[in-house]
Amino acid sequence: MSTKLYLGTRKGLIEAERKATGWHVTRISFLGVQVPMLLPDARNDLLYAAVEHGHFGTKFHASHDAGASWEERACPAFPPKPEDMPEVINFVSQQPIPWDLKKVWALEAGAAPSELWCGTLPGGLFHSLDGGASWQLVESLWNDPGRAKWMGGGADWPGIHTILVDPRNPHRLLIAVSCGGVWESTDNGASWTNIGSGIRAEYVPPEQIYDPGIQDPHRIAWSTADPDTIWMQHHNGIFHSMDGGKNWREILNANPSNFGFAVAMHPQDPQTAWFVPGIKDELRVACDGALCVMRTRDGGQTFEPLRHGLPQDHAYHLVYRHCLDVTADGRTLAFGSTTGSVWISENGGDSWERLSADLPPVYCVRFG
Amino acid sequence: MPTVHFTANLASQTAAPVCQVDGATVREALNAVFTQHPTLRSYVLDDQGAVRQHVVVFIDGTAITDRQRLADAVLPNSEIFVMQALSGG
Repeated sequence: MSTKLYLGTRKGLIEAERKATGWHVTRISFLGVQVPMLLPDARNDLLYAAVEHGHFGTKFHASHDAGASWEERACPAFPPKPEDMPEVINFVSQQPIPWDLKKVWALEAGAAPSELWCGTLPGGLFHSLDGGASWQLVESLWNDPGRAKWMGGGADWPGIHTILVDPRNPHRLLIAVSCGGVWESTDNGASWTNIGSGIRAEYVPPEQIYDPGIQDPHRIAWSTADPDTIWMQHHNGIFHSMDGGKNWREILNANPSNFGFAVAMHPQDPQTAWFVPGIKDELRVACDGALCVMRTRDGGQTFEPLRHGLPQDHAYHLVYRHCLDVTADGRTLAFGSTTGSVWISENGGDSWERLSADLPPVYCVRFG
Repeated sequence: MPTVHFTANLASQTAAPVCQVDGATVREALNAVFTQHPTLRSYVLDDQGAVRQHVVVFIDGTAITDRQRLADAVLPNSEIFVMQALSGG
């Protein structure tokens, strides 16, 4: 069982530990500064953090001692834009997509030692082979003509928020983009294909509803035991793929809601997944003011709201896409809300205990 | 030699001492500082070398006008201040 929990928040990186008396908040790093993304890298006991200063931009830090001390490493940065390179225009704002890092929104370990992948706003994917000492923009994706369809979803610019590295084939990657759908590479990022038949969007003209290049997957997750089975919490629904993301079916029996941001899959049981529902796009709060986690244990045949230990009266928590995590054994879960509460379950979601109600808005939750 | 000062808030994040450097433009002066303190560059400039949206640079009390190329002229006795703008944060 994991005994460390890391929280990226609006006001710093907060740690919690499982002690004999339960889970307790133990430390904060980067006090006062946003931490939108972090990665505890079990391969080499490193902890990485993207630290976003309001004035001075995003910086990238690493810790060799689980957060006790930090060193600054290189931050992903866009290369100088060639003068003869045409602008890619964000068709919503009619503004050119900047060649400038706005936010680190995804950070994952690659297949090779010290290999990292980093997704960003405004839609750049970056690759490091040296643990963040240096980064390279993945130009094959940045230069793909399909990027012209991408748009912001909530943010001004499109962003890569999910990166999945196939445990069976280290050269196969899936990324998800809000809003730009799901993209697959089978050659470690050298080339990309926009996949996702059957995903439906409600926010475009009728002829574009099933265009895989404009979809808003809020988050996708797969089970390491079966990476062909993927769940997607989408902007206007929940979708399920059983062929590695090529084809999707829409889930119509979610209970209580098909809206939300986060989804997590059981690492060993591809039949089990968890979501944290909200009401809908226009009402981004817990359904009926009663917070729940929604679980399926039969591959989406049925869904159950899990409420034990969660506030059920005038609770308006919203849980962002990176704020639900599950340990490798599938037993311990944690999620954090935009109103600064974090809950932990040690029985697969059957019951929950609140770690704190007094934290800053939570952006990222990951077990160490 | 122009003198470059950095806001204390920036100095609390990374090495940002007062520097006396050569330079006829604010770009030249700042580049001279970044040669001595390379980590400082990305705190002040964005990926394309423009002044960050929420950073403001003053030369002798006047905010620079060319935030993209930083071509504003600097005199040998100029005082350059790199401050956080009253925004963002």
